[in-house]
Amino acid sequence: MTEQTLMSESNPIENLAPLTEVCNITKRFPGVIALNDVSVQFYPGEVHAVVGENGAGKSTLMKIMSGAYIPDSGEIFFDGKKVSFTHPKEAQEAGISIIYQEFNLLPERSVAQNIFLGRESSRFGVIDIGEMNKQAQEVLKEIGVEKMISPTALASTLSVAEQQLVEIAKAISFKAKVLIMDEPTAALTYTEVKLLADLIQRLKSRGMAIIFISHRLIEVFDIAEKITVLKDGQLVQTVQKEDVTPADVVFLMVGRTLDHYFPPLGKPEEFGEVVLRVKDASNQSLNGISFELRKGEVLGVAGLQGSGRTELAQALFGVAPFKSGSMELHGKAIAIKSPFKAIKNKMGFVTEDRKSEGIAPRQPIRDNMLMTVRAIQSLFGIVHKDGIGKSRNLVPMLGKQVDIRTDSFDREAQYLSGGNQQKVVLAKWLASDANIFIFDEPTRGIDVESKASIHDMIRDLTKKGIAVLMISSELPEIVGMSDRILVMWDMQVAGELPAKSSEPEIMLMATGHTIKDREKNTPASGKA
Amino acid sequence: MTTSTISSPSGFSRSLHSIWEGIKKIPPVYPVFFIIFIVLGLLSPNKYQSMNGAMTFLRTAAPLAVIATGEMMVLALGGFDLSVGAIVTFVVLVSSKLLANDPANALPAILIMLGFGVLIGLVNGLVVSYLRVPSFIATLGMMLLVRGGALYWVGGAPQGYLTENWRAFGRSYFENVPLFGRFPYALIVLLVFGTLAYFLFHRTHYGRQILSIGDNVRASQLSGVRVRLVRIITFVLCSVFAVIGGILLGGFGGVNVTIGEGMEMQAIAACVVGGVLLGGGRGSVPNAIFGAFTLQAIVNLLNLLGLPKPYTDAVQGLIIIAAVAYVGLSTQKKR
Amino acid sequence: MTTATASGNEFRRILRTIHIPPVFYFLILVFLAGGLLDRAFADGQIFSNPAIMLNIIVRSVALGIVAVGQSLVITGASIDLSVAYTISITAVMSSYLMQGKTENVPMAILVVFSIGAFIGLVNGLTVTKLHVNPFIATLGTSLIIKGIINATFSNYTGSVPESFEYFGYGTLGPIPVSILILFLIVLAGWFLLARTKFGFHLYGVGGNSEVARLSGVRTDRVLIGAHILCSMTAILAGLFLVSQMRSGAPWVGPNGVYDLNSIATAVIGGTALAGGKGGVFGTLGGVLIFGVLETVFNQLGVNPYLKTVLQGAIIILAVASYTIRSKKDAA
Repeated sequence: MTEQTLMSESNPIENLAPLTEVCNITKRFPGVIALNDVSVQFYPGEVHAVVGENGAGKSTLMKIMSGAYIPDSGEIFFDGKKVSFTHPKEAQEAGISIIYQEFNLLPERSVAQNIFLGRESSRFGVIDIGEMNKQAQEVLKEIGVEKMISPTALASTLSVAEQQLVEIAKAISFKAKVLIMDEPTAALTYTEVKLLADLIQRLKSRGMAIIFISHRLIEVFDIAEKITVLKDGQLVQTVQKEDVTPADVVFLMVGRTLDHYFPPLGKPEEFGEVVLRVKDASNQSLNGISFELRKGEVLGVAGLQGSGRTELAQALFGVAPFKSGSMELHGKAIAIKSPFKAIKNKMGFVTEDRKSEGIAPRQPIRDNMLMTVRAIQSLFGIVHKDGIGKSRNLVPMLGKQVDIRTDSFDREAQYLSGGNQQKVVLAKWLASDANIFIFDEPTRGIDVESKASIHDMIRDLTKKGIAVLMISSELPEIVGMSDRILVMWDMQVAGELPAKSSEPEIMLMATGHTIKDREKNTPASGKA
Repeated sequence: MTTSTISSPSGFSRSLHSIWEGIKKIPPVYPVFFIIFIVLGLLSPNKYQSMNGAMTFLRTAAPLAVIATGEMMVLALGGFDLSVGAIVTFVVLVSSKLLANDPANALPAILIMLGFGVLIGLVNGLVVSYLRVPSFIATLGMMLLVRGGALYWVGGAPQGYLTENWRAFGRSYFENVPLFGRFPYALIVLLVFGTLAYFLFHRTHYGRQILSIGDNVRASQLSGVRVRLVRIITFVLCSVFAVIGGILLGGFGGVNVTIGEGMEMQAIAACVVGGVLLGGGRGSVPNAIFGAFTLQAIVNLLNLLGLPKPYTDAVQGLIIIAAVAYVGLSTQKKR
Repeated sequence: MTTATASGNEFRRILRTIHIPPVFYFLILVFLAGGLLDRAFADGQIFSNPAIMLNIIVRSVALGIVAVGQSLVITGASIDLSVAYTISITAVMSSYLMQGKTENVPMAILVVFSIGAFIGLVNGLTVTKLHVNPFIATLGTSLIIKGIINATFSNYTGSVPESFEYFGYGTLGPIPVSILILFLIVLAGWFLLARTKFGFHLYGVGGNSEVARLSGVRTDRVLIGAHILCSMTAILAGLFLVSQMRSGAPWVGPNGVYDLNSIATAVIGGTALAGGKGGVFGTLGGVLIFGVLETVFNQLGVNPYLKTVLQGAIIILAVASYTIRSKKDAA
């Protein structure tokens, strides 16, 4: 591991020792093994991408390397020496910097102030602003952006790309040798990605090791030299870019045996009339959305993080309503401007983040289950413990229907397991008698057993004639549950695929291949 | 705890266990109140060991209990209403003017005050809901508005006395009541409005929605709860209850310029002592009422022990901080 | 929109960083409105009288000093509602200790500043270590102080020696000492926030305490420090007030509504309640707005209670002007 040989011309990088490496890293969280005996080497002067589906373990690995998590077993080496960081600042000072997707910048402070937060140089407590700005300017110059960004500019006035550059500058100011970036291009435009790619090349030529996580295979292939594929917490393979095609990588990412049981898909004769029709609808995020949803079917919505799936759900449900285009519910034109209206029109929305958006944690389970039905009833209607008005026995009935495991419905919802909480949320919507259900990541972070029962329940709903829109980033779930698949990309509909499409097919569309192909054929490309 | 290997725990120990579980669930405010009351009875048997004494005590505690009930609902919503003290001042001072020393004006005066209560609550609710001003600031500003408005209206000093019939609510008793002897009007008022509040808060959809909003606004919105409507109604109720409390207080204590000062803090203290969480999502009408009783009992106890009135303010301040810190620290430990 | 390296962007950026707090536009507006009212109701006598104009600033000294302290605390995303009673206890304690004798003055000053530091420490510890909501913590503290004051003093107490009145009434040449002191405090506050490590860290704590903590900022210490400084400004304000009054009275603090007003002027001046943003000069602007209003109302003989009403309304509207644009639901 600590051989030091001279650079040779044919394979300059492989002859050096790795700058940092992880060996046999295992990390467990309650109920799941996030990383299982993973070993990867990262070399100086090399751009190395880490890819994999959601939940493959990429973020966990990066967090371990940057000191945010401590592995359960395994070792980390940096510059030839074994290291163990207990705090991100230790890693930062050692020379490993990480840039997260949500930037850690203070919006109301200047670029220089952000870069030097916590380690401002001062005499008797007084800071020489001119000096700080000058030092910031130098760091910006090191990465070649001193003309674009002024050290005195407020972080909030910078574009997303510029903020990212500030984060990179901050890392450089820590004399980082390893730079880790989580989805660096997710929020950038086409031109900005090019600038970032150029910067990465410059950094690489200084001998830094650049590691980045990305879902965008096109960019991975543009920027990286090595690609490590993780799947279900394990290392699949580390490959050289020249040796593979994007399709190969996709196969490495998702190829698996279907060991998870899904209920049988619907048959075409079971699908009824169109209950929801959206035409060319847009709002501040989404662009020109058009699709149809039929009675009794499951329309799976696939797409990568940031592709607009949740925005779609929020637009349909009136949280961030459409501003243009048209929407028809059961044939009647309608504009849903609030959740209240959506629910009154018999729509239901089982949200992605049940903790922050689905349940009221300190209220009893029964009150959570009845929240929606009570919301649309008269405000001063009398509370019945287990139901409303005519249906007095909703709670035990629904509890059985969704199979909630609890000793009492009086328990506060916060004490339930994730799976059971999701069932409470589901029960809440079943109670409201909705005939269009939007599910956003229905089984995220849920144990296998509960997953299966939720899938069965979703299929049961469709058998009753309910139309289901199911957003999921788990490809097996999309493939296993969808009667049709809507693929989102970059806040638009990338296309539709029929049932039983393969995961690679979906992934290709989700990584923007169809739209990019379309765009390549039209002049004046380059999104702004 | 039970370590029987073959047989299940005996029926007896199981029922003991469930009794113990039940006891653990009783909010601490009740035993605390009764203990303090008993101590009062021991120290001053004449005043506190008789039905008469109990009734007198309840008459004194009723105004705070009513105000605390209204405040509790706003706290359960996750907000604050700091204008309730100023509303009391307003009610007492302006009524003294409106009454014009003529008992016939009592009813109209009361109705006008209730109207103001609705108006003030409405403005509070609208400012918080639509202008997105934190309720703390909004009601603090309202406090200035209302207090200043009251003083302006009466020209800085009470304009008359409060007529007998107006004061009856806070001061008088029903005589010769079987079992109780004397029964204060104020207690009837408390019972009526307390029951109303109990019904609204614990037995209607509206009450559940207050709790869910205080607990998780986002989840409530997404579940179709009409957050703004519920919020506005709650602020209105709080202000109206403050008006009622003001009528009781004015009846009991007569008119004076400083009446109502600090009442908002007392109301919040009463709620905190009763176990209401300051972040919202929990609340109970009986707890708030008994929290008020407890606070009053503490004040009486301190007086009996010879502590001058000003120190009771200090003690209240300590109690609030201690109660909030206690709740805060114990929820932290759970995490 | 494409990223450009054009110098146009650079120029715009520079402009944005030297920015005049919007509050000064409000101040000019208020000034003009006052002038109009003056012309309409007082034959222009108010604004043409230099003594009255100077008085606007003198009136604002006490509030101005406290508002600087409050700005510090609010920048750290905290708040201090105990300043009013801190002022009161300063007034009575210092007056009581001085007993009209000049030789007692240094001792009295030392004592009250120690009290201030203590109050600030208690506030800071309660907020950072006991994790009590700062509203509640400082409201509780204020009640405790109130109780202590009312228990020991009920009326004017002691007296202030004439020599000390220099603070309140003296002049250095044509300029009143009080204005100089205010000026110094504002400058000190500005320097602290804009040029010292403490100030930078305070902005971090208020802007995003987690990010600050990860960057190595000692968030607890910084916030406690801010609270101590705030209480000390309250002490200073109290000393100033008592130097004008000859004798300290317990109602000085609450009467001047120093708690609410210091918060309001800070917020109007651009210091966001959420922390991490704002500066002392903006606060001064807010204070001056209140000063102009107060003077105009006084000179026109407007009922003082009406003034209170207007203050309440202005506070709500001023804060609303900032919060109305926020997307987050308020509680």
